[in-house]
Amino acid sequence: MENEEKSILAYNGGAIIAMKGKNCVAIAADRRFGIQAQTITCNFQKIFEMGSHLYLSLPGLATDTQTVMEKLRFRLNLYELKENRKIHPKTFASMVSNLLYERRFGPYFVEPIIAGLSPVTYEPFICNMDLIGCISPSNDFVVGGTCSEQLYGMCESLYEPDMEPDDLFETISQALVNACDRDAISGWGAVVHVIEKDKVTVRSIKTRMD
Amino acid sequence: MALLSENSGRSLPDYETQATKMKSFSPYADNGGSVIALAGNDFCVIAADTRLSTGFSIYTREQQKLFPLSSKTILGCSGCWCDTLTLTRLLTARMQMYEHEHQKEMPTLAVAQMLSTMLYYKRFFPYYVSNILGGLDEDGKGCVYSYDPIGHCEVTKYRAGGSAGALLQPLLDNQIGYKNQEGVEPVALTQEKAVAIIKDVFTSAAERDIYTGDSINIKIITKDGVQDSTFELRKD
Repeated sequence: MENEEKSILAYNGGAIIAMKGKNCVAIAADRRFGIQAQTITCNFQKIFEMGSHLYLSLPGLATDTQTVMEKLRFRLNLYELKENRKIHPKTFASMVSNLLYERRFGPYFVEPIIAGLSPVTYEPFICNMDLIGCISPSNDFVVGGTCSEQLYGMCESLYEPDMEPDDLFETISQALVNACDRDAISGWGAVVHVIEKDKVTVRSIKTRMD
Repeated sequence: MALLSENSGRSLPDYETQATKMKSFSPYADNGGSVIALAGNDFCVIAADTRLSTGFSIYTREQQKLFPLSSKTILGCSGCWCDTLTLTRLLTARMQMYEHEHQKEMPTLAVAQMLSTMLYYKRFFPYYVSNILGGLDEDGKGCVYSYDPIGHCEVTKYRAGGSAGALLQPLLDNQIGYKNQEGVEPVALTQEKAVAIIKDVFTSAAERDIYTGDSINIKIITKDGVQDSTFELRKD
């Protein structure tokens, strides 16, 4: 059972990280979309803007990535129309968790990562969860995807608290790219979002393409 | 009549004895552990953690996993500990035979090739061991050989293996191999830097890998001999 689910989560491949900095957060993903060992495209979107300071990533089975993102966008629109205010990342995490737990016994094969700033205080928030919605908030970094072991190794060594946006960008990029290079089904380009109070910087990164 | 219809396909009914049933036997255990070896121009550093475990329990916190095979060659092993013991016992025996036959110590290259052959000899019932061999070659330069359990051998300058191999290797690529770094001039590895990086990456690996921890044993091989040191890791 466990092996079977692992293989579904590793069917398309991919790598995601989110990191906290000083008054900022960063979230980064690779660009590959493939079917097992065969690469299909190198411009696949895995990070989704869910609000001005709120980003969501759904590593796992690519079809579920897109389905879950669209279902969440629908629920988020209803929330923001009803409440007439921006959602807090923590609240959004609960929304994702709730959606996933509704499918407790036939889950979507995604392990979401959420990164954002509070719409009120601009306090950084990152978290990840498993495929049935168990939330695990973090004070430093979260990783996901098929090379999570490599990402943990990189992050544990490179990460330091309270980094400025430029340092945070360099750290998250190095962690992602070097981890991807040791995973056959991640990489083929990368994208990094650095989210600050009054700007979001999106950078595309060139990587080795083999 | 009832008996006949229940066992229509067979001539006799099944019976059970009261003897204990044999569960399927698994010949392998995973005892964890991680090894790193780094080669410099005139030295080789090899390090391994000292935790020996199975599943969620720890057998010992002070198990040496580095095996000095000669004055210039050290083997680091992790994986199935009983296979490690058997493999290293056979290796030392074969090395003594070589020494008696050739009246000289076995050079690192020869040890490396012999290890590959010995692993492949057990191709269809392999030693479940991840081996990393560190040493000095015949010119006195540092070299690292890494193996898979059935004897594939590769020469490198740096390698991480064992249970935390996936956590450690990309960091070595970045910090020792200068991978994905632009505008940085690679400088030759020094002993101090090698030891510092080993301590850093093992500390990181011990945070996330439950099979790596307690402490590490570091051995620095130079032409003057082997220098031994230890470094504490987290013990939980």
